[in-house]
Amino acid sequence: MKMYDKSKVIPGLFIFASIVAFPFLYNQVNPSSEPVLAKAEGKCVQEKDFMKKEHMKILNQWREGVVREGKREDIYINGIRYEKSLQKTCLKCHKRESFCDKCHSYAEVKPYCWNCHSGETK
Amino acid sequence: MNRRDFLKIAGVGMVSTIFEPVLPYEIKPSKKRLALLIDITKPFDIKACLDACNKAHNIPEIEDPKHKIKWIWPERFSDVFSEQIDMPKEITIPVLCNHCENPPCVRVCPTKATFKRKDGIVMMDYHRCIGCRFCMAACPYGARSFNWIDPKPFIKGSNPKFPTRTKGVVEKCNFCAERLDKRESPACVEPSNGSLIFGYLSEMKDLISNRYCLRRKPDLGTSPSVYYLI
Ligand code: HEC
Ligand code: HEC
Ligand code: HEC
Repeated sequence: MKMYDKSKVIPGLFIFASIVAFPFLYNQVNPSSEPVLAKAEGKCVQEKDFMKKEHMKILNQWREGVVREGKREDIYINGIRYEKSLQKTCLKCHKRESFCDKCHSYAEVKPYCWNCHSGETK
Repeated sequence: MNRRDFLKIAGVGMVSTIFEPVLPYEIKPSKKRLALLIDITKPFDIKACLDACNKAHNIPEIEDPKHKIKWIWPERFSDVFSEQIDMPKEITIPVLCNHCENPPCVRVCPTKATFKRKDGIVMMDYHRCIGCRFCMAACPYGARSFNWIDPKPFIKGSNPKFPTRTKGVVEKCNFCAERLDKRESPACVEPSNGSLIFGYLSEMKDLISNRYCLRRKPDLGTSPSVYYLI
């Protein structure tokens, strides 16, 4: 079989393929670095992997309990006592800037909680 | 069912969604109702009480009356109670959210951001507030304030443990729910030297029936939980 315009088609295909492949190759060479989170002391409310995926659900549960149901009693998880509070519990172990913000900006989420829960008045 | 019946039923269904009556939320009577008695015959340091509240709840001090945020604030007795009684001597009294048994603000809130707890506290859930301000229009006591501007730069004595509020939400006194739930008395009660008495209404019946007491605008039927002993 004869191919017409071989001199144009083959380079054209090559250019097309390289444009398509560029983002994938770029990421192979330059893996976007996962954020390095500040280390925390003590024991988190749940296991690390669970927290990674579910921390916002825990906060929502606490919030519903505290604000809407008046259930402010501290909770015990594996024998450790936690107060159901974003500012008084999570932020005691985790710094907002070096922990929450770092991961959130990497993941492109912007929780609006900080408008009120930053613990700062400025 | 034939086509005609179907159209009839569908038509009625559609019309009924348009005319669906907007039913008020069911507001249940409180099981054990909390109340605040304010004894205005004994002189007490009102400013200390207001300051304690402002500090505990990170309430901004904004001078502009249009932007002011108030949870508990001073009023002249005659301005509050002139319809009910004449007082020979002018005095200043603290006023706050009345935590009505029948709160109009709760009825009008479209998101249930404001609701009544079993103990009668009319709570604000700031997470649900969309800033529509229906509640402010409904409140006959002017006890609600809207954050027209970011309150944070105006906060003087700050309590890092209590969340601030933000531009675009309504706020008001919460009867110190955060303190009561931890078995502490409300912030304003502590420095009042016994002039503010807080507790369950059922346990203070004697105090109320033995003294002459007033509630704000009783004829509206809201049934305030704040009593002024005179
Ligand atoms: C007593 C201290 C403590 C408290 C309180 C605490 N954490 Fe943690 N948190 C930790 C520790 C320690 C880790 C594990 C870090 C590790 O293993 O590298 C962790 C891990 C996490 C992770 C996973 C981080 C990662 O590397 O993927 C998230 C998300 C998290 N916490 C969120 C929260 C939230 C939200 C709260 C409040 C509800 C909270 N933590 C309360 C100590 C705490
Ligand atoms: C390991 C990464 C990581 C860390 C650390 C982390 N978050 Fe998150 N967070 C996420 C991701 C990803 C989402 C979005 C999840 C989604 O949309 O399903 C999220 C969502 C949230 C949300 C819900 C936001 C919304 O708009 O619905 C809240 C609240 C939240 N995080 C609070 C915190 C707090 C507080 C901390 C610090 C104590 C924290 N997170 C630390 C990854 C993290
Ligand atoms: C408009 C201000 C505002 C915003 C925005 C806000 N909160 Fe809150 N939050 C409050 C207030 C006020 C309370 C009541 C505190 C109390 O009564 O103790 C509260 C209570 C809570 C509580 C329980 C008590 C405590 O001390 O933490 C949790 C948990 C909570 N919020 C989580 C969140 C999360 C998660 C977000 C973001 C998704 C958020 N909040 C956004 C104002 C806000």
